[in-house]
Amino acid sequence: MLEQAASIAAFVGQGLVLAGAIVTIIGSVGVLRFPDFYTRIHAASVTDTLGAGLIIVGLVLLGGGFFVTVKLLIIWGLILITGPTASHALANAAFTSHVKPLGRGDLRQPSASDEG
Amino acid sequence: MKYFIGLVVALTAGWFVLSGQTKPLFYVLAGMSVLAALWATARLEIIDRDSSPYHRGILLFSFMGWLFIEMIKANIAVIRAIFRPVGALSPGVTVTRCQARSDLGRTLLANSITLTPGTVTLDIADGKLMIHALQGDGLTSDSFTEFSRRSVVAGDERG
Repeated sequence: MLEQAASIAAFVGQGLVLAGAIVTIIGSVGVLRFPDFYTRIHAASVTDTLGAGLIIVGLVLLGGGFFVTVKLLIIWGLILITGPTASHALANAAFTSHVKPLGRGDLRQPSASDEG
Repeated sequence: MKYFIGLVVALTAGWFVLSGQTKPLFYVLAGMSVLAALWATARLEIIDRDSSPYHRGILLFSFMGWLFIEMIKANIAVIRAIFRPVGALSPGVTVTRCQARSDLGRTLLANSITLTPGTVTLDIADGKLMIHALQGDGLTSDSFTEFSRRSVVAGDERG
């Protein structure tokens, strides 16, 4: 019974790590696709929050043990504090140096030549 | 005093979970490191409610629990936006009032808004936050009222 539970935890853990990796790739695709500086920050924060979060929860299930778990959660906590701080520093620097955010009217209408 | 006790407990717990050692020698080392850290903090005169919010642990944790749910919802929204045509985006800037008066409450609010994908705090001044949103349509200055209220509860009230 205990062995079964452990193998299920390992399976779920692997799944979560894989999901985290996929979400991270999606976030990177967003950074490439989005049109201006400010919108790209939003895509990058997907990588920061859900991507890193899924990978760390997956690693907790794979690693096991109290001390490993606590250390991983501390790493997550640090990411959750430093990620937004860095994002805000970037956005604020862009804002104070008068980088104008794109408005709705600045975006091209979607068309067949929109790919890439 | 509660800030001091909170800091001692947090430092000791932090030392223990990071080292995982239980030999007597390590207790001595732990005590010495905690004392050194306390001395440095006291000398810098930064033992106050903003640097040692550990006694508000339960409030902060309940705020975080709510924030996680908002974070997942926002993540899904942004991931959907990534796969839609770029023309479907409606980026915009909005200004909202920050009800929190303490540094801790304001930091919580601004940091949480930035943490949630789809919204980034650009600037904070005079109790107001300037926010850039990925989907600016339907976003008003009231959209962050719930955020603001919860950050006041977690960061401002009772001490």
